[in-house]
Amino acid sequence: MPRPAGPFTLASPRASSLVALAVALLGATAAAAGPPQRVVSLNLCTDQLAMMLSAPGQLVSITHLAADPMMSVMADQAAGFPLNHGRAEEIHALDPDMVLATIWTPRHTVSLLERLGLRVEQMPLAMRLEDIPDNIAQIGALLGREAQAQALIADFRAGLAALAPPPEMPLRAVLHNANNYTSGSGTMAADLLVLAGLANVAREAGITGGGTLPMEQIVMLAPDLVIQAQRYPGASRAEAVMDHPAMLALRDRGGGALADAEWVCGTPHVLRAVARLAALRDAATEGN
Amino acid sequence: MSLLTLENLTARRGPCPVIEDITLSIGPGECVGLIGPNGAGKTTLMRAALGLMPAAGRSSLATLDRTARARVAAWLPQNREIAWPVSVQHLVTLGRAPHLAPGQQPGAPDHAAVDRALAAMGLQDFRHRIATRLSGGEQARVLIARALAQETPLIMADEPAAGLDPANQIALMSVFAGLARDGRAVLTAMHDLGLAARHCTRLVVLHRGRLVADGPPAQVLTPALLAQVFAITAHFAQGPDGPVFQPLQVIA
Amino acid sequence: MRLALLLTLLAALTAALFLVSLLTGPAGLSPARALAALIRGEGTAETLVMREIRLPRALLAAMIGASLGLAGAAMQGYLRNPLAEPGLLGVSGSAALGAVIALQTGLAAAFTLALPLAALTGAVVAVGLILALAGRQGGSITLILAGIAVSAMAGALTALALNLSPNPFAAAEIVFWMMGSLADRSMTHVWLALPLMVLGWALLASLARGLDALTLGEDVAESMGHALPRLRLTLVAGTACVVGAGTAVAGAIGFVGLVVPHILRPLVGARPSHLLAASAFGGAALLLAADIAVRMILPERDLKLGVLTALVGAPLFFHLIYRTRREGLT
Repeated sequence: MPRPAGPFTLASPRASSLVALAVALLGATAAAAGPPQRVVSLNLCTDQLAMMLSAPGQLVSITHLAADPMMSVMADQAAGFPLNHGRAEEIHALDPDMVLATIWTPRHTVSLLERLGLRVEQMPLAMRLEDIPDNIAQIGALLGREAQAQALIADFRAGLAALAPPPEMPLRAVLHNANNYTSGSGTMAADLLVLAGLANVAREAGITGGGTLPMEQIVMLAPDLVIQAQRYPGASRAEAVMDHPAMLALRDRGGGALADAEWVCGTPHVLRAVARLAALRDAATEGN
Repeated sequence: MSLLTLENLTARRGPCPVIEDITLSIGPGECVGLIGPNGAGKTTLMRAALGLMPAAGRSSLATLDRTARARVAAWLPQNREIAWPVSVQHLVTLGRAPHLAPGQQPGAPDHAAVDRALAAMGLQDFRHRIATRLSGGEQARVLIARALAQETPLIMADEPAAGLDPANQIALMSVFAGLARDGRAVLTAMHDLGLAARHCTRLVVLHRGRLVADGPPAQVLTPALLAQVFAITAHFAQGPDGPVFQPLQVIA
Repeated sequence: MRLALLLTLLAALTAALFLVSLLTGPAGLSPARALAALIRGEGTAETLVMREIRLPRALLAAMIGASLGLAGAAMQGYLRNPLAEPGLLGVSGSAALGAVIALQTGLAAAFTLALPLAALTGAVVAVGLILALAGRQGGSITLILAGIAVSAMAGALTALALNLSPNPFAAAEIVFWMMGSLADRSMTHVWLALPLMVLGWALLASLARGLDALTLGEDVAESMGHALPRLRLTLVAGTACVVGAGTAVAGAIGFVGLVVPHILRPLVGARPSHLLAASAFGGAALLLAADIAVRMILPERDLKLGVLTALVGAPLFFHLIYRTRREGLT
């Protein structure tokens, strides 16, 4: 899902007016029908935002992914909710008055639910740091919880403002995932690197959005810091590339791991990932 | 001295004996024709004698170790298999393998043996031809040459004359008779009793897995035996050019 | 053509392709820089690229290619059938199953050689099944049917094992195990595969004279002093060693063992013994060439080796089947 590259500006008038517009539009529909009372979420990220924003009892079910600590920063909170696997039959049985899906929810699932007479809201997800406040506001409006949304956005902005200013000479880092997958410019992960005072090596290699960077090229780019994805149980050749002797040699200079759960969804929790990246940066700076 | 001694050799397929209680000895200078109707057990007798299939009783060949046996007896089975398009010369040279140490390449004595074998079968001009592209009869001669090149004291052949034209059948039997005259021995299964009568020094008759006659052709090919074993009548006479045998009628 | 000359030419071709393989890659190193880094260790990053990424890749391509060529020639010689090949008969697929089971159960982490030994076990089972199903006089039809059955079973079980894995990436790797790839392999993999491969090469090379004798059929071979049960055991063990070791580190790569002996057979006068050595070199050259091609066609993505070997091999396979049918060989 490539997006145009560019510096993110959280307080830009454009973003704010969009939020206002969205809130007004969605609020109007919500007001007509009243806030939904039984909400089922079909996506890990809407799960988390809904858990943060919903009124007690308003959220009926979230996905099983939200309870997986490998994927979700809110696995503890998720333990209190009935979990679903996104199958139309189980969703219908929950008798929701609103289903929170995303624009990437499979087309056939959405149309099936709609044919069953359910209201399905297909949210875009935050792909960049700058999208996060809009996203929070939209979910807040859908749930009829605008005030809670505004408070969460304010907290997030405060958290961003409280971050240490980036160093003058940022360290050069590469995000190294399974199958040599990396995040280039225009991605949430790359935004977080910049916030943590790191220069993204993938951007030097001309990678936009997500993409693979051959190991040879990573070695030749000689990053100061290799940030790996977390490991899953079981074995895969995809993850084995992270243990390749050439990558181990690079990691001797500086390395660390970042949990998927901390940045996979555009929620205020991404600030945790930034803090972790900044700590890795500091450790690598001392090492060098 | 005996080149092959069988004592009470019995081989079974399942519970049924295919050959039973065969006792036989073949010495140098003998060209032995193994005759008998279809299914009499000729092939089984030879395979069991070589130790290629399990059998009760004793065979002097089967007790030898494999390499020693390959230097004593050459085996020419009935099915003429040539799996790959190799040259005639290479195929015949395969017969020299039992005489080579591991890793040893064929040398001058081996090439001489191959030349002799090719000459005996009239294949000198076929040396560089591809064996699989030859006619059936030519292939049969090439395979016989391979067994000859093995230069063993004993050659065992299963219907080697099948599919050969008359000239080549006679030539083959002459080669076998010549080997016997040179002090070697041949045991060959065959159906052409005329060839057998003319070229073999001795005939061994198998009937329903048992040895029913063993001796010089004139003593073996009696009207009574022909009737009992083959169910035929025949004309058998000593002509000016040697024995003449001609099957005449089937006995109903 | 004289065998020595042919082997010299094939060795020269293999060496040239080995060099090209070392000089192929997305790092954009000039040949001079690449070789200076490889031999003298000039430049930290360059040395890492050459010694830890490209060298093991080229070595594995040569080793695995040689193994597959040799195994193909040996199996064809033993079964006297030009359609026999470890990939088509499911031997590679079963080795992959063994490797996948070892990886997903954690056995592979238990001791160093666990992974190749597990793949070897899979290969042993497959070769044993093929020989049992195809029988002593097994014709092409029986052989191919046995191969289809073994391949299908191994493929299904591999897919099952990968889908049962808790690892989210594992299920997608069925392609790797079925088609093979040398991307991002390391010297660790070279050392993992080498001992079993050397053992397997020695076993298969020892078959030479027996395979020549088998040209005349099993009865003649046996009468000429070859112990067929031992010959068969050596074939099973040797094939399993080389295919198991190769598949454990690079997945199942098909058709090399079919194409290489087929092309080289006329050049060695069809002699099974000479075909063994020639096919080893030929296999090394073919797989090196295929691995160079996958990096040139899609430099940044991991195009599977089996795609290229099948593109070359499948048409040849059609041709072989057609010819086999026409000549009435069953």
